[in-house]
Amino acid sequence: MDWTGEGYVLSVKKHGETSAIIEVFTRDRGRHLGLVRGGVSRKLRPVLQAGNKIKVEWRARLSEHLGYFTVEGVNSRAAELMQDRLSLAGLNSACAVARETLPEREPHADVFDAFEVLIANLHDKDIWPALYIQWEAGLLASMGYGLDLSRCAATGVTDNLTHVSPRSGRAVCAQAAEPYRDKLYSLPSFMQPLSRRNDITVPQCDVEDGLRLTGYFLETRIQWGVNRTLPEARERMVGMLVG
Amino acid sequence: MAQNISPEIERLIKLLSKLPGLGPRSARRAALELIKKREPLMRPLVTAMSDAADKIEECGVCGNIDAANPCHICAAPGRDQSVICVVQDVGDLWAMERAATFKGVYHVLGGTLSAIDGIRPEDLRIAGLIGRVKGGGISEVILAMNATVDGQTTAHYITDHIEGPNQAGERVTISRLAHGVPVGGELDYLDDGTINAALSSRRPF
Repeated sequence: MDWTGEGYVLSVKKHGETSAIIEVFTRDRGRHLGLVRGGVSRKLRPVLQAGNKIKVEWRARLSEHLGYFTVEGVNSRAAELMQDRLSLAGLNSACAVARETLPEREPHADVFDAFEVLIANLHDKDIWPALYIQWEAGLLASMGYGLDLSRCAATGVTDNLTHVSPRSGRAVCAQAAEPYRDKLYSLPSFMQPLSRRNDITVPQCDVEDGLRLTGYFLETRIQWGVNRTLPEARERMVGMLVG
Repeated sequence: MAQNISPEIERLIKLLSKLPGLGPRSARRAALELIKKREPLMRPLVTAMSDAADKIEECGVCGNIDAANPCHICAAPGRDQSVICVVQDVGDLWAMERAATFKGVYHVLGGTLSAIDGIRPEDLRIAGLIGRVKGGGISEVILAMNATVDGQTTAHYITDHIEGPNQAGERVTISRLAHGVPVGGELDYLDDGTINAALSSRRPF
């Protein structure tokens, strides 16, 4: 069994004295683990940093085996993002969420494409928080827990959608949300279907609302099912962004 | 393990094979060498190991390991107590000392924050560092963390917690080691991340 592809390093765990077990997020194979011989060597350590894009060749005798990766660096995004605390926090959080929520060896091409866009823009602090929230919303959708933001769950209208029901994950318009405001999650303006194209800058309150919204659904729909809470890296990033 | 080896030797081999760099085969060779050189090597080694096990402890100030507490670096009168170099492990402290250019004191964290290994801020000596810095008398903190995602995440976490005025209202300078081309390094063999880091932290020549 063997395949070749490109993917992003999600995690590296030392195995024995010289090897490492790495998790790679690829477009066609999803989150895939494998052993890299010499993975903690001076030569490979800079390549095997979370967030770096690498070319991998996976080999195993049987498909269900852990297998071995042969790796080669494609780009070193981690080194560029290390300088900035917010960008690094975003990178850590994206890798941690992908690692904890994506099933192993199940391709999620949409999530991968959005992840690639997010990683490429993590240096731009004006846009990456919104990209990050959209990526998490896409991840939820890909896992089967997508938010339905097309029309109001109560009235059926398609405009002025301002809230999301925590029970159904469906949008609620401002009028219908009024009596239940404290029980509903605010829908950030950049996620509202009709205003999406016009947003250039994302206000801080929208970032807070978006992180709270996707965080709630990630935690209750995916993480609680496996007795886990949201990864600490995400909480640290939220702490930095929200303050 | 062969049955004709005595249990004492077998135990020695088993313990030696747990050391880094030694597998069962090399542990067997090391055990054999120790037994062959019982007087010149094995007995002094036993004494040295016993002494180390009895006397070595962690420094209550910086986390270094030494026979004295506070360690000889923290207690050295010639050292600049107002400059703290934060390192991940004792091995990193030894590396800094080998360079023999730093004349301040250290703080050993005991690792880095790592989601994979489940290492949280409470598992490291971060609270002790914050206490030292906020307590006053510190002018600079040098973050000598590894240039890895975990190392730099830890560095940013520490910066978030120690920046700002201390109890005496003084501001502490926070710096980090430069990232870039190593001495003897050839550009052709460097990864693009290192070249990027070196370019972004270039300085006038």
